Amino acid sequence: MKKLKIDTNKNSHIYWNPYFGGFLLGILILFTFYMTGRGLGASGAMKSSVVTIVNTVTHSHAEQNEYYSKFIKGNESPMNNWLVFETLGVLIGAFISGGLSGRIGWRVQHSPKITRKRRLIFALGGGVLFGLGAQIARGCTSGAALSGMAVLSTGGFITMLAIFGTAFLVAYFFRKNWI
Amino acid sequence: MGPLIPNGVIPYEWSNIIAIIIGIAFGFVLEASGFSSSRKLAGVFYGYDFAVLKVFFTAALVALIGILYMDYLGYLDMGALYVHPTYLWGAIIGGAIMGVGFVAGGFCPGTSLCAVAIGKVDAIIYVIGIMMGVFIFSELYFLFQPIYEGSFEGNITLMDTFGVNRYWFVFVFTIAAIIIFALSDQIRKRVKKIFY
Repeated sequence: MKKLKIDTNKNSHIYWNPYFGGFLLGILILFTFYMTGRGLGASGAMKSSVVTIVNTVTHSHAEQNEYYSKFIKGNESPMNNWLVFETLGVLIGAFISGGLSGRIGWRVQHSPKITRKRRLIFALGGGVLFGLGAQIARGCTSGAALSGMAVLSTGGFITMLAIFGTAFLVAYFFRKNWI
Repeated sequence: MGPLIPNGVIPYEWSNIIAIIIGIAFGFVLEASGFSSSRKLAGVFYGYDFAVLKVFFTAALVALIGILYMDYLGYLDMGALYVHPTYLWGAIIGGAIMGVGFVAGGFCPGTSLCAVAIGKVDAIIYVIGIMMGVFIFSELYFLFQPIYEGSFEGNITLMDTFGVNRYWFVFVFTIAAIIIFALSDQIRKRVKKIFY
């Protein structure tokens, strides 16, 4: 019997037109503000995760720490907030999109000019810096910059300019990783 | 009259359900636009792919104009929307640190989640990194406290800071964005092509 040839890699690297994606994202942010009065975000869920883990492992330390205690209210879990649910949705939505386009698979994406290990090291370092910065700025590119800009928040604009401005300035030092 | 949940038009219990739905749409749009690829995201800093610029500013402008329009039509009370607070030095220093993290890792939290969802191990490591960064911040909070809590200007908008008319600002911003988009295409033509 003849084997059916199914091209599963067809849509691998075909992405949407950025203006279309940006338009839809803008409508989504508008919808979010219309529904909840606030924008969306991303780094908040990771913060909640850390607070929850520390609170579970050593409740007394979490209570005494000035930062963790801001997010611990009585017996309610810090994970019970809007952003955590939204983040779950992000994982699902990205999985659906990736699945429909044949992009699901375990891999380390890196420039062929560097090793896998180097990519992972920079990913970890970049993450640590970003997590730290996102706490100081009280948001990340989605929450502070994007949602902040949508309501013309001064802090949002400053954060956006600081992120992209600094990134452009230091891009030269990381060029080997990308080009 | 929006915003719907704070005004009680939609019961509060729906809040988390709507959160998941919005999140699904957010993740879908980001991933379909290619933002689950760190090499695509980093492209804006080297001139080989300006998707970040285009998506980011288009989204900000569409949301901005949409909010203004819905307020004008009476569907949404713009004054009731949450404005991200301005902590001057927190925004600058936090933003600067994030900028370095962005170029080093090639992700930001939202896009890293999209990449995690499609199985990228470097994104998983990045998310672990973010959590480590939060942990470091919290444990060393006494060091960061002055920056974090200082220079609070309030939940101010650009109109408060610069005294510009909201509508003129949006108009100028739109024109500037269109010019920047056109320029970015010119730059892209002249930069060496990268396959990722």
